[in-house]
Amino acid sequence: MSLLELSGIGKRFGGLKALTDVSLHIDQGEIYGLIGPNGAGKTTLFNVITGLYQPDSGEFHFNGKSYRTVKPHVLASCGIARTFQNIRLFANLTALENVMIGRHVRTHAGVIGSLLNSRATRLEERACREKAGELLRQVGMTKPHQTLAKNLSYGEQRRLEIARALASEPLLLALDEPAAGMNATETENLKALLENIRKSGVTVLLIEHDVKLIMGLCDRVAVLDYGCKIAEGVPDLVRKDSAVIAAYLGTDDE
Amino acid sequence: MAKLPKYILLLVVVLLPFAIDALLGRGWVRIVDFAMLYIMLALGLNIVVGYAGLLDLGYIAFFAVGAYCYALTGSPHLALAFPQLFPDGLHLSFLVVLPMAALLAGGMGVILGAPTLRLRGDYLAIVTLGFGEIIRIFMNNLNAPVNLTNGPQGISRIDPINIAGMSLNATQKIFGIALPSVHLYFYLFLTFAALVVFVSHRLERSRIGRAWMAIREDEVAASAMGINTRNLKLLAFAMGAAFGGVSGTLFAGFQGFVSPESFSLMESIMVLCMVVLGGMGHIYGVILGGLLLALMPEMLRHSVVPMQQALFGRIIIDPESLRMLLFGTALIAVMLYRPAGLWPSPVRRRELLTDEME
Amino acid sequence: MEIFLQQIINGLVQGSVYALVALGYTMVYGILGLINFAHGEVVMMGAMISLSVLTALIGIGLSPFLALPLSLTLAMAGCMALGYGIERIAYRPLRHAPRLAPLITAIGVSIVLQNLAMMIWGRDYHSFPQLFSNHTHQIFGAIISDIQLIIVIAALCIMAGLMLLIHRTRLGRAMRAIAENQHAAQLMGVDVNRVISITFMIGSALAAVAGLMVSANYGLAHYYMGFLLGLKAFTAAVLGGIGNLRGAMLGGLLLGLIESLGAGYIGDITGGFMGSQYQDVFAFLVLIAVLVFRPSGLLGERLAERA
Repeated sequence: MSLLELSGIGKRFGGLKALTDVSLHIDQGEIYGLIGPNGAGKTTLFNVITGLYQPDSGEFHFNGKSYRTVKPHVLASCGIARTFQNIRLFANLTALENVMIGRHVRTHAGVIGSLLNSRATRLEERACREKAGELLRQVGMTKPHQTLAKNLSYGEQRRLEIARALASEPLLLALDEPAAGMNATETENLKALLENIRKSGVTVLLIEHDVKLIMGLCDRVAVLDYGCKIAEGVPDLVRKDSAVIAAYLGTDDE
Repeated sequence: MAKLPKYILLLVVVLLPFAIDALLGRGWVRIVDFAMLYIMLALGLNIVVGYAGLLDLGYIAFFAVGAYCYALTGSPHLALAFPQLFPDGLHLSFLVVLPMAALLAGGMGVILGAPTLRLRGDYLAIVTLGFGEIIRIFMNNLNAPVNLTNGPQGISRIDPINIAGMSLNATQKIFGIALPSVHLYFYLFLTFAALVVFVSHRLERSRIGRAWMAIREDEVAASAMGINTRNLKLLAFAMGAAFGGVSGTLFAGFQGFVSPESFSLMESIMVLCMVVLGGMGHIYGVILGGLLLALMPEMLRHSVVPMQQALFGRIIIDPESLRMLLFGTALIAVMLYRPAGLWPSPVRRRELLTDEME
Repeated sequence: MEIFLQQIINGLVQGSVYALVALGYTMVYGILGLINFAHGEVVMMGAMISLSVLTALIGIGLSPFLALPLSLTLAMAGCMALGYGIERIAYRPLRHAPRLAPLITAIGVSIVLQNLAMMIWGRDYHSFPQLFSNHTHQIFGAIISDIQLIIVIAALCIMAGLMLLIHRTRLGRAMRAIAENQHAAQLMGVDVNRVISITFMIGSALAAVAGLMVSANYGLAHYYMGFLLGLKAFTAAVLGGIGNLRGAMLGGLLLGLIESLGAGYIGDITGGFMGSQYQDVFAFLVLIAVLVFRPSGLLGERLAERA
């Protein structure tokens, strides 16, 4: 069953066609990779999927519902969580608080509840704190959970971002170049982490430059070039696709 | 800092007006009363600026709304505007006006906030500043054709605050102890200030408070976490404004007189200074900032004036300009050297320490 | 009809002053993405310096034709030094700080400048000395004075000069490069700090000219004049599209017209309920309306969402 289905998505910025008629579907429980040369429209598509950009045309189905114009916070509460290409943590808050904020859509305390500090609020707060700590351990955070996000190392910040995204218990976890800037060991750890996440039943969408990581991890891969989808399928087939090779290496007649 | 038992702290605070009265004179109790009003204002603005990160330069407008609310409904003034309707003016009880003023100011906060929420921080600052000025222009000019605000002269003869049949403007005997008016107001303001601290404290550690701070840190990331940034910003605006309205009502009852002069841009900036200097987002820091800045003009008046007269035989710099010069310089210095304020929140301070150790 | 024309003329005169001040806001914003909140106070300092020098020079019997340029030069020099200093002290150390930080230091700078001016020049209004005969011209029944004519012409010349500077010189190219991409400009060998300093100085020089013009037009200067003027000029810059030089000029002129026509006719529109004392409200209403309905301004490009 497909969790996310895009058909005919188009997006332009002024005269620039960033996406043209992109259709794809992501199935429940798979790791779906999105690759393409620089400027191919990967991040644009990613921002459309997470609600940051509104597509100019096309249809968007998620979890059996159709969406037209949606705000990021609505999509988040429907089960799409994301990370950012250039890490966007809440820098002056602690690691724990970052993850607790990630649970915003799974918690409900309002002003009145918080002021009265009702039993329900206290229980929710405690559960939220525990769950956040658990997630931090799950992504392998070794630093104290009270460390401010800005004082974490690069690799830890990446992991914290994933923990924060997982905190909303998403159906689809969308990662924008999570391995960027990581060394080989860190990338291996990331790979193991993503495998675990998939095992827990979360569908993963992955944009990545590291083709090796994508090919080793993804069930299916789509390739974008100049805003169009030029190939899609299992990694081994996509790797041999002549259009893909041309896009990455250039064609002879250019 | 060693933890003092709560009842000792309470005892100290309760005895404070008597101590000040005995040591410094009754005038200083009045000054401390005003300082408490400023602390309330600063804590209200702290919700908007410190938690949600929305720089509001027109905050004093909500203080004005609260003050005029009570000035109109708790004085003979309405007899001037609508002689047929209210031949003696409308003398509503303070306790009735207070929630009205809070609601009205909060509503104004939402109305003023709504069009500005899509704006980036610095635009927001200027638009709120503009709103604050518009309100002041109206206060100055709404004495014609219907005399609503009495223009620049302001509204006087506002009823003193009256609680349970007890006027706070006269000495009252409670449990056989004579409490002068300024002491009574001290306890009233203390109660409200404690309420504001309580609300801030509870919100700060709640889901709502965390969402505000997320917006302050990174709005795009916050909305990707499912936070409805528009509603939460409006909530911050409304709550901050409501606190401003409550302080304004107290102010009008305490002073018995309001005029547009009390609500100038400089007042907004002074409240902002309290928040920034004390420590944005940290309750105790903001209280410290409020106390420092509210007491500073008095201290300057009592130190700088005699000092200059002793040194030069005349006053070269009047304390008011000196105070403003110090404000301005302090704002710059704090932003450059101590951006988290004089008393930042403990988490941040701990982090600063670990940074130094590493 | 005469009243209408008169309001148009008054609006254009006031608008040219707004335009000059707005240019200062827009240049800094274009390059640094920062609202130089203290700019209005620089205008005030320009007005106060030029006015006191002018009064002193006239007092010793110097011809107005010598005294005027001399006092203007001094005011420009003073303001340029001021602009340079403000940038160095209050903005440069905070270039990578959160956005609120430079705004708060700017408020600090404004307060300091205002109170310094009050200490130097006092709380009183200073009147502009009578330099020329109060010669006026009649255009279809409306009146324009020599001073007003000079203001409009001088403002137009300065704006034309500034456009040439930005679009035809090496310095202008460097400024535009930094506005596009500060980092890339630096890599291409542009001395970013120097260009930013120069930008502040040019903006401040324009502010000095504007300050003199305002005090000549109203016949007064005052330590508190910078605040409202600055706010209105900022509105003008936003109206035209902040960061866009032509926009600042257009916005300034338009705002001047809106204000003077608005103040002239508000009584008729509201049936006498509101009078010309509400003139200052128009600028704010324009500002709010623009920011809500067209935040990019009339000539500005769409402000891209920072994703």
